[in-house]
Amino acid sequence: MNISTDPGSGFTHDVIVIGGGPAGMSAAMTAAEYGCKVALLDEQPRPGGQIYRNVTRAPAALRELLGPDYQRGSGLAERLQRSGVECHFDTTVWDVGQDLTVTAQCHGRSTQLRPRQLIAATGAMERPSPIPGWTLPGVLNAGAAQILLKSSGTVPSGATVLVGGGPLLLLVACQLLDAGARVAALVQTTPTSNLLRALPHLGRASLTPSYLAKGAGLLQKLKRAGVPFYRDAREIRIEGESGVSALTFRAGGTCVSIAADAVLLHHGVVPNTQLARLLRLEHRWDDTQLAWQPCVDAWFETSLPGLRIPGDGASIAGALAAEASGALAALGAAAAIGRVDCSTQEREARAWRKLLRKHSRVRRFLDELYRPPEWLVAPPDETIVCRCEEVDAGTIRHMAILGCQGPNQTKFFSRCGMGPCQGRQCAITVSQMLARAHFKSVQEVGSYRIRPPLKPIPLGSIAALASPSVSRSACKEEFE
Amino acid sequence: MLDGDPLRVEAGQPLAAALMKAGLSVFRRTPVSGAPRAPFCMMGVCFECLVEIDGVPNQQSCMVEVREGMRVRVQDGARNLEATR
Repeated sequence: MNISTDPGSGFTHDVIVIGGGPAGMSAAMTAAEYGCKVALLDEQPRPGGQIYRNVTRAPAALRELLGPDYQRGSGLAERLQRSGVECHFDTTVWDVGQDLTVTAQCHGRSTQLRPRQLIAATGAMERPSPIPGWTLPGVLNAGAAQILLKSSGTVPSGATVLVGGGPLLLLVACQLLDAGARVAALVQTTPTSNLLRALPHLGRASLTPSYLAKGAGLLQKLKRAGVPFYRDAREIRIEGESGVSALTFRAGGTCVSIAADAVLLHHGVVPNTQLARLLRLEHRWDDTQLAWQPCVDAWFETSLPGLRIPGDGASIAGALAAEASGALAALGAAAAIGRVDCSTQEREARAWRKLLRKHSRVRRFLDELYRPPEWLVAPPDETIVCRCEEVDAGTIRHMAILGCQGPNQTKFFSRCGMGPCQGRQCAITVSQMLARAHFKSVQEVGSYRIRPPLKPIPLGSIAALASPSVSRSACKEEFE
Repeated sequence: MLDGDPLRVEAGQPLAAALMKAGLSVFRRTPVSGAPRAPFCMMGVCFECLVEIDGVPNQQSCMVEVREGMRVRVQDGARNLEATR
């Protein structure tokens, strides 16, 4: 990484963007348009994030199969390439300081960058679905199956069962069908009563009809393909020894067992708040999206001045809304460092705000319609909640009885959340389980404290930091 | 190379995808109980697909692209500090 520091100010860049998905690409390009010196860092080898993963390299037939919503990513990635943004891929950010110093590793070496403004477009991850058997090989998140399709053109082999609820579940089911997978069943866990919750928001949602039309199209396609549908399924168990063999559940008063080689889980997506938690930002528990959201203002600035979080990392709203919020965050950053004046900022923001409103209208309807069932955070005692340390639901409930008031105390006593994923897969479940056990709100119970490194890195990578000139020149070589 | 055996896969895809395609169903055994695990999220947040690549343990195989000459080993339980220098 060839980085020069402005000797006067100590800054390496005006704006650094973490994450190369729709929010990050849009933020980086917008900031560059206003004359900022911008760097974009992403863990992956190419731009796109998860939604547009591998879009610059996917073969035409695959892009066709994945549809125009996916292909939109190629346009963004091409514009990014021409934008003058300094892009660093294969680069993992593993620490950010309160002064916004970013520590990142590329090719086994770490280096530090310091921007005036930092935009963290860290996106979303799938909500964990702690059900018995969910750690067995052959069980994946539905989004993971979609990533496999995007990045290597593969689909699960054998009988594939999709379990859960949400637009992505339907989309993945359709894409897998098109790609030749054997979709044995779609087991929806969405409670029937959600329909009543969602109905009052249908009017607003229908102001942006494209989303509803897409959903109806997906459902129709699955019905035409003859995929068996189950509704309001509960008491779900995934059976198997060293891999998946079957799925059992209750639906409509009857017990069902389906032979399966692959089980794909999905209960919506939630903001990935790992970096936000590392920086001890203010968060609020959103009771509609059932997720933590870092608190942000109209320019997506967080409780830490100079740090902005746009896109799904702030609140789930989808790829098109993320593009708009990324641009707004960039306008906020450019204004904060004097690259645009207030009136230009407001004028330029108008179109983006309109887009953001347009693509957010459907959200409340979808959030209510696909609200995960209550039982998802009340798993049977033997269900593993912390996949890394193999801590089960019974142990977490026992911790609550022992008097653990919050997730951090539970972590000290049970190791829950202490493994390599650093709580990414259990935090939200543990907070909700403890809240329930103590008759408190999730907000009161809080979440895990996160510490660096955000990802495991070799000691040698940290050691190289001690002599920045060495690490930088070495990194530069690897880039060239 | 997977655990010392040569393996031919298409370049330009995530290592985890290539290994799954090549028939690897168990990527590691957990350090706690020895339970079998395999890729789960494919986006770097679950840490289930950890493998040793070119002598460096605990690499997320879903975030690393296949390269010519890569030496991959599956991890059985906790990483072996002796063997990794």
